[in-house]
Amino acid sequence: MDIQKAVERLERSLLLLDRTSAWDVIFEVSSDTDPFETASALVSLTLERIGKDWEKGNLSLSQVYMSGVICEELIDQLLPPKSPTRIDQPNMGIAVLEDFHVLGKRIIFSVLRAGGFELEDLGHGISVNELVAKVSEKNIRVLLISVLMLPSALRVKELKEQLIESGVKIIVGGAPFRFDANLWKEVNADYCGHNPADAIRIVKQITSMS
Amino acid sequence: MSMKTMTSMERVLTTLGHQEPDRVPLFLLLTMHGAKELGLTIKEYFSNAGNVAEGQLRLRKKYSNDCIYAFFHAPIETEAWGGEVIFHEEGPPNAGAPFITRIEQIHSLKVPSVKESKGLQRVCEAISKIKSRIGDEAPIIGVAMSPFSLPVMQMGFDKYLDLMFLHPKEFNLLMRLNEQFCIEWSNAQLAAGATAICYFDPVSSPTIIPREKYLETGYLVAKRTISQIQGPTATHFASGRCLGILDDVATTGTAVVGVSALEELRKLKEIAKGRITLLGNLNGVEMRTWSQEKVEKEVRDAIEQAGSGGGFILSDNHGEIPFQVEDDTLLAISEATRRWGEYPPK
Repeated sequence: MDIQKAVERLERSLLLLDRTSAWDVIFEVSSDTDPFETASALVSLTLERIGKDWEKGNLSLSQVYMSGVICEELIDQLLPPKSPTRIDQPNMGIAVLEDFHVLGKRIIFSVLRAGGFELEDLGHGISVNELVAKVSEKNIRVLLISVLMLPSALRVKELKEQLIESGVKIIVGGAPFRFDANLWKEVNADYCGHNPADAIRIVKQITSMS
Repeated sequence: MSMKTMTSMERVLTTLGHQEPDRVPLFLLLTMHGAKELGLTIKEYFSNAGNVAEGQLRLRKKYSNDCIYAFFHAPIETEAWGGEVIFHEEGPPNAGAPFITRIEQIHSLKVPSVKESKGLQRVCEAISKIKSRIGDEAPIIGVAMSPFSLPVMQMGFDKYLDLMFLHPKEFNLLMRLNEQFCIEWSNAQLAAGATAICYFDPVSSPTIIPREKYLETGYLVAKRTISQIQGPTATHFASGRCLGILDDVATTGTAVVGVSALEELRKLKEIAKGRITLLGNLNGVEMRTWSQEKVEKEVRDAIEQAGSGGGFILSDNHGEIPFQVEDDTLLAISEATRRWGEYPPK
């Protein structure tokens, strides 16, 4: 099947919350060759496109969220979590620093897992010290941080100071970083993503370097 | 020749009537800065109605603000429902863990009494104190979370989207309960002396849900709720976009709409002109690092795009200016508004 057409069909199904037809598209594509690799590639491309459309204001966050959840479920059916066939990558973790607004984390978690990556959910409402301890305990090498509140975003600087010697890469995202394009540099993050497409791109970039 | 100087109330009412007042009204929506004025921690400040009344009056005088903002913090509402408030030293209090953890709980949820909530009564007490001191000189803005957006704190954003899209029966039930609360809470603030209610409704923004979903959910909730609030309302999307639903918002009965820095005021004004007043849209997060020149440019641009013909109040785009924004920046915004906001437009 033409991949571009498959992406368009999958996007349509996801935006209509139509799991059955989304599964049909994934099944048609994945039946040809390596089922997991092709399916996760298709899902990544589709979710990247949906994420970019949200960034442009053409789609809403609920559509991004529901698409990610549906794709995550479908990919899990195709290949269970923790399967060795999933993408080989450094240990990754994701957390919401200090507050309880988990939607951004949930979206990025789903989108990356749907794209074939494995990552640990390190929780929410978590302090800098608690997060540093978890990163060390689980040997996390790539840490994604989602925030909604400005004070939480400013705390990333303190987090980075505590993790700098361990070489953990920090990717930040969330509303304060969207409203101030320089904030991620101010808090010494390594990368900043504004949407799921950015998350996939940055993680692929880090993975290819490791 | 410039017209006589108006009081803040006259200025605001004139612009709400889509006429040009003496100058563009300025709403610096400051909350935590009051603590700084009184030398208190944020937690100490919000624990006493007298502190907030005094803090707001001082802020209004210091920045020639055209309103008094009686907003304490968002989780004061969920506290009334049994939720937790978590205070921070350098930011707004956050809601603690959601208290609706299972959708079935909605069936047994009880609407809290505004009269029996100590936190909500503290807000009403602050409003009364402010009203007794300023009378009708400036509008006092009360705040209520919309019934449609409150569930983000009641149950968490992801669970709420699941509810909205997958469990219509429980969603409708929760909306009815929240509407009852929002109406009682808004009217209590109006009875205490608030001039208007800022109806915070970020979930209705196209940033969060598509317009089609809004029309069958948040829009209907807003129409039902606003019609029972016994005073004027301003709908605020807390930095969310609204261009795609502005026509619809204008028919909910609201008088003002808080707009995002992500959208052009000029385009918003084309739709809003003569129908609904725009409130916005200075970027509060960026404001922390603005130079005096940048302040001047941002204020001037906003007024140039949306000031003509009235129907415009200069403000930030989120409905709360971050604690980290310095006094000098706020003073510069105030001065630039007086310089560039005079009518007729320069």
